[in-house]
Amino acid sequence: MKKHIFLLLLTIIPVLSLAAEEGVHLDKANIDPDNQQSLQRGARLFVNYCLSCHSAGLMRYERMGKDLGIDEKLVSENLMFTGGRVGDLMVVATNPEDAKEWFGTVPPDLSVIARARGVDWLYTYLRSFYLDPSRVTGVNNLVFPDVGMPDVLWELQGWQKPVITTEKDPDGTEHKVINLELVTPGLLSPQEFDRSVRDLVNFLDYMAEPGKHDRQALGVKVILFLLVFLVVAYLMKKEFWKDVH
Amino acid sequence: MAEKWKTGLLGWIDARFPLSSMWNDHLAEYYAPKNFNFWYYFGSLALMVLVMQIITGIWLTMNYKPDAALAFNSVEYIMRDVNWGWLIRYMHSTGASFFFITVYLHMFRALLYGSYKKPRELIWIFGMIIYVCLMAEAFMGYLLPWGQMSYWGAQVIISLFGAIPGIGDALALWIRGDYVVSDVTLNRFFAFHVIAVPIVLLALVVMHILALHEVGSNNPDGVEIKKVKGPDGHPLDGIPFHPYYTVKDIVGVIVFLIFFCIVVFFMPEMGGYFLEHNNFVPADPLKTPTHIAPLWYFTPFYAILRAVPDKFLGVVAMGAAIVLLFFLPWLDRSPVKSIRYRGLSYKVTLAVFVISVLALGYLGGEPPSPLYTSLSRLFSILYFAFFGALLILPIFEKTKPVPDRVTSK
Repeated sequence: MKKHIFLLLLTIIPVLSLAAEEGVHLDKANIDPDNQQSLQRGARLFVNYCLSCHSAGLMRYERMGKDLGIDEKLVSENLMFTGGRVGDLMVVATNPEDAKEWFGTVPPDLSVIARARGVDWLYTYLRSFYLDPSRVTGVNNLVFPDVGMPDVLWELQGWQKPVITTEKDPDGTEHKVINLELVTPGLLSPQEFDRSVRDLVNFLDYMAEPGKHDRQALGVKVILFLLVFLVVAYLMKKEFWKDVH
Repeated sequence: MAEKWKTGLLGWIDARFPLSSMWNDHLAEYYAPKNFNFWYYFGSLALMVLVMQIITGIWLTMNYKPDAALAFNSVEYIMRDVNWGWLIRYMHSTGASFFFITVYLHMFRALLYGSYKKPRELIWIFGMIIYVCLMAEAFMGYLLPWGQMSYWGAQVIISLFGAIPGIGDALALWIRGDYVVSDVTLNRFFAFHVIAVPIVLLALVVMHILALHEVGSNNPDGVEIKKVKGPDGHPLDGIPFHPYYTVKDIVGVIVFLIFFCIVVFFMPEMGGYFLEHNNFVPADPLKTPTHIAPLWYFTPFYAILRAVPDKFLGVVAMGAAIVLLFFLPWLDRSPVKSIRYRGLSYKVTLAVFVISVLALGYLGGEPPSPLYTSLSRLFSILYFAFFGALLILPIFEKTKPVPDRVTSK
């Protein structure tokens, strides 16, 4: 059904393409919003690694538990570290002024970050930290140069080092290509780490619009109704117009 | 029949208010040409979108907070915590873009069939004022979500007023109510968006329809159906708007709603064209986005603005691009209305104009580059050349004879 709607739309509305803002190549996140286990793993990573500095101040723990199939008791025992009630928003205890002093900027709220940045950007960004002794945090990032955020996932991923090579384009112009090479392995293998980041990004995407699943499910019904209504309306029009010559 | 209506509740009302006669004048006995085609759906569709925007707007206002500190989060509150809030919000945001789609197609219809020509000049003028009001309405509404694009878009557009020599800076300051776009600006834009402009829009729509019903509708043949009347005094090529066009427009409404719902339910951001990605970042007066572009319905004019090297002259060119449209009824010198009976020169002129508008629309949304600036200049010149061509080419135009009665059906 969705495929047909999409095809129908393609015929009417010209294909819209969005030019990438940065010149960096972004890896495809390939998230699966219907995979509840992936979302649950992502939620656990999010509260453990992100929520200590970043808030998700538009999202409620209760809603997250309900949508992700996590029992309310489990949410408050395993996913809430700040106390409070399960109906609370996912705010952060860090004082913004302290955060500014530590990182140079207040870590942004992540509630709708997936809609602002896009899942591919997030997926690539979180995997693109590399060792850079010139930075205060000791790391830099390929996708977001000179970012204030430290590499919080280092114990999972390990440390990466940049390897700069020069490549030639078919037309002869030379340009530098920076590849990252794992120098210190982390707790997870590269494949496991990629999967974990994919889970995390999947969760961020869910959180950016918790109602997305309901929206699409309702949309199918609404459009089916309209198609039936269209037949009735067309037959009515035909009946009335019989006597117009 | 008319005698019977004098009794009962309707008779009581009719003696005090012209209910039956209004119904007859505008629906049951308003004779519209029977040969309306595809292009004639968009007037009633635009009216429906207007009603939809007003109704969804009322419900959004119940939970939206016009306050710089609360606005962004209140929109997300509507999206998450208000029952059906996401649907109302997406209908409103998608409705804004679909309003412009219907209005642009409605205006293109007028160009196809010369609907702006005598005796319908005032219909066109009222319609153009509606279009300008609609642009103001959309522009001010876009500030309300208080995202980065809301904020910086408003900053850029208001600063254009600053380019006017002498009074510019004072005027921009007066519009903003502050030295930068701020809470003050948000509050006044909210007032204009929810009260002032909608009232003017509704009044103009009534005038647009009254003027139309006074002279009667044009049609794809550009023939005046009132010239040939039957013994009953009704135009031979006319049919009562109700029920014929009401049942036909219902079909149009449903087809429209199918496309509308595909966007609302499956692609509300429309790849960043209806809801820009950067607008999911709260407004930050200290962080200027690298690329600021207005929403798609303004980009043709934005491209013209950027095509002119001088800022003030750019503003003048952008204004002229809109003002010239008001004068179409008098710029177009051809006595023939419909493109069906006009010469090749008009068809080519119109095609070049449409291509120019589409190209400018694309260029205005892209970051500037030397190639794009040159292209913007080329298409801006072609855009303005359209009006000159309308003035001159009809002298040499070989038109076909216009029939006395409408064709087809």
